[in-house]
Amino acid sequence: MQNINQTLGQYSELFMLLAALAYTAGFLAFTWDLVKSSRRIREIEAALAESAGDRELVLAGAVAGKGGKAAGDGAAPAGATADDAMNYQGERRTIARIAVVLTVLAAAIHAVAVVTRGVAAGRVPWGNMYEFCTTGGLVVAVVFLLVLTRKDLRFLGTFVIGLVVVMLCAATIGFPTPVANLVPALQSYWLIIHVSVAVAASALFTLTFAMSVLQLMQANRVARLAAGGDDRLPFMRLVPSALSLENLSYRINAIAFVLWTFTLMAGAIWAEKAWGRYWGWDTKEVWTFVIWVVYAGYLHARATRGWTGTRAAWLSIVGYLCIVFNFTIVNIYFSGLHSYAGV
Amino acid sequence: MATKDRSGDIALPALGFLGTLRWVWTQLTSMRTALFLLLLLAVAAVPGSLFPQRPANPAVVTQYIRDNPETGPVLDWFQLFDVYSSVWFSAIYLLLFISLIGCVVPRAIAHGRAWRSRPPRTPRRLTRMPVHGAFTVPAGPDGQPGGQEGGRPASAGAAVVDAASVLKKRGYRVDVRDENGNQPSVGAERGFLKELGNLVFHVSLIGVLISVAVGGLFGYRGQKILVEGETFVNTLVGYDSFTPGTNFSEDNLDPYSITLEKFEVQFDRQLTHYGQPIDFTATMTTRSAPGEEPERQILKVNEPLTIGDTSVYLVGNGYAPVVTVRDGEGNIAHQGPVVSIPQDGLFTSLMVLKVPDAQPDQLGFVGFFLPTAAIDENGVSFSRDPDPFLPQLNLNSYYGDLGLDDGEPQNVYVLDTDTLTELNSRNSEAGGIVLDAGETVELPDGKGSITFDGLRRYAALDITHDPAELGALLFSSLALAGLSASLFIGRRRIWVRAGTTDDGRISVEYGLLARGEDHRLAGEGAAVEKLLRDRWLADSAEDNENETAHAGAPATGSGKDN
Ligand code: HEM
Repeated sequence: MQNINQTLGQYSELFMLLAALAYTAGFLAFTWDLVKSSRRIREIEAALAESAGDRELVLAGAVAGKGGKAAGDGAAPAGATADDAMNYQGERRTIARIAVVLTVLAAAIHAVAVVTRGVAAGRVPWGNMYEFCTTGGLVVAVVFLLVLTRKDLRFLGTFVIGLVVVMLCAATIGFPTPVANLVPALQSYWLIIHVSVAVAASALFTLTFAMSVLQLMQANRVARLAAGGDDRLPFMRLVPSALSLENLSYRINAIAFVLWTFTLMAGAIWAEKAWGRYWGWDTKEVWTFVIWVVYAGYLHARATRGWTGTRAAWLSIVGYLCIVFNFTIVNIYFSGLHSYAGV
Repeated sequence: MATKDRSGDIALPALGFLGTLRWVWTQLTSMRTALFLLLLLAVAAVPGSLFPQRPANPAVVTQYIRDNPETGPVLDWFQLFDVYSSVWFSAIYLLLFISLIGCVVPRAIAHGRAWRSRPPRTPRRLTRMPVHGAFTVPAGPDGQPGGQEGGRPASAGAAVVDAASVLKKRGYRVDVRDENGNQPSVGAERGFLKELGNLVFHVSLIGVLISVAVGGLFGYRGQKILVEGETFVNTLVGYDSFTPGTNFSEDNLDPYSITLEKFEVQFDRQLTHYGQPIDFTATMTTRSAPGEEPERQILKVNEPLTIGDTSVYLVGNGYAPVVTVRDGEGNIAHQGPVVSIPQDGLFTSLMVLKVPDAQPDQLGFVGFFLPTAAIDENGVSFSRDPDPFLPQLNLNSYYGDLGLDDGEPQNVYVLDTDTLTELNSRNSEAGGIVLDAGETVELPDGKGSITFDGLRRYAALDITHDPAELGALLFSSLALAGLSASLFIGRRRIWVRAGTTDDGRISVEYGLLARGEDHRLAGEGAAVEKLLRDRWLADSAEDNENETAHAGAPATGSGKDN
């Protein structure tokens, strides 16, 4: 049996705290960027309104997204707004850059923390709630950074990095667990396969959750603007149109759904190995199934007339809430065979 | 397509019986119904995680109903303790699968037809396509045959033939039209695997469902607790409990035998997780049939044994103190290990012993086995380590009629003390029985004695047979493959048309159309155009002044392939 390296484990915990601090700084920078950019947009707007007295013009960019499929080719919105293809534009957003740099730094420290934890335990670092949370948070951050290399999703930073901070806090405050060996039930290579894919899928679902929330907010805001209301969420000017958010989150959800399907299957295979049946409606299995069906519903909705857009976004959000529920409430309060929460 | 929804027409015209049937069928197989049923299925699955379920935990359900005499029976009436075999849950998934079949069959037929037909005819105006472009190339030198690799096309027809071969290499099915006319064109289509994948995915779900059903019909599952040194023979009477499939017959059991030689447990001795188990190892001797060579095998959690056509799983373990009970007449009324049920991580274990053979009165014992006994400040005994450093029995004893003779089945782990008279307990005059290993205690009133002889461990085994397991694995893997194909393959059409301009150059225009969501369409257009240009203009830089018209990329399209 592997000997646990407690000293290394303590270093890992220290790094985890440092990572949480760095993420918090990144989160603040992302938020500052949102505030600052939206203030700038207001200034431009005010200036424009003064010179031209034409409010419609400035709003055009934001409103373009509300229409049908063709909306995407609408003119790029004013100022620093992300374009609908979410490609990087000429405009330099210094604070957003600082935020990204801070996030990269945080993710690097975080990676060290997760790796040292694994080394200290002599196994993969996802054997209890603390480890699911910390490793999951790392995957969320890394996936976000990877997507950032191709698409300008910096507008998501506040939300995604905010979620990572929440995950790290939940892990360190909610389920602190010192490094330890695995209980026999978890000593299987299926732990590596099943859980890593589940974590990856959940990370992607986290991104799409944030995007779906923004999509709903954007759709709502645009509808209000179109009805002549005033802009209560000016920072949303930085966010692409609801339609492009929907399309991108559909693509990510599709990948995540395939991963989740695999998670479900791998879990069934493991259950067969461990308990002699591949499916037994254990609470954890029930919720994994529910999540799978909700996202299958989401994919169907995308192909059903009258169900795309807002309703599909709601399904994506409900699916994510089920994931959170499955991870927190089910792990902690529901008894079942999967009682490895370690809390 | 059967998936077109036709809801919204609320006013029902008089349809007649057949008409009504057809209407019901169209509704059932509509995409909207499928979506509705899917969401309903998700909701319906939830109660199964909120209430205890009979198949997994019958005793807990009984207890729940006893504890909630008001709501329990109502919940039971709604089958909330048997959610996954309930009428309503079954109705939902059966409807869903009927809908699925009704949806898949017409689509499969349509897809089969599409597979055999030629790519659709070239639209008159390619500029109407969501992705389109046009450019011109100089015609090839006289005499040089068109369509040659790397050369300029000699004519519009040759350009189209070239384009066809480029597209074919990219996996398109191509069809050249009007090659020698003045508007030659090629129509191409790819991504048939997308729809095929979707069909395979949905059909495989039916396969998974059937596999589950077959497993339920022909499989079986049994439990056996095996104390070190004991042997299990795979016959019906050998099991402690047995759940046969609907079509099970006893002849299905292979007459193998398993002996538990040794059961070893290792606990974590690091301070942070002191006492947490880190290894369970059961050493077994197996015989595949009576008289066969014995074979030594190791059974661990996550590493089942395969024997006969069953698999044997290690699902639990605990201590079985060896106890001898002498009755009031001095005869041995019981001798042997008694399985105790661990109640916590420290293996504080509940123990019940019924001695029906004791004379003149039957005897019963109930209490705890403590692997490492200790006494807390209130004088209550507890175990402070899961390893047996100081094994001890703490028992109450009773005499009277155990009620075993009237043939009613009883739970061996529960002693009903209502009809019995107490001999020993903490509150009785004689006090409770406290036995360290090797000790004997006399029962009051000359009712007999009890001796704690020693300690063995036991392994709780699950033994299962599921003939359709492989089918379920196969179909779910197919489903996964089909799903990936369906989600990640793009189904697209592309048309390229060539003509000759007034100054003798060759004009090329193309248009692309995707079926369903395809964010890579613009990228594909750009890639095809580049391939054609490279092929035709590779050797001449000066031709690059050709202007290209790009327009109308779809919402997410940016011309970048990602
Ligand atoms: C057991 C129930 C079902 C499940 C779990 C399920 C799941 C899925 C999933 C995950 C997809 C997205 C992947 C893909 O495009 O291939 C999908 C697509 C699709 N499903 Fe189902 N489905 C079910 C039943 C049905 C039924 C009853 C219908 C017909 C009414 C149907 C029609 C379709 C269609 C037409 C698509 C393609 C949508 C598109 O073009 O994007 N499905 N299904």
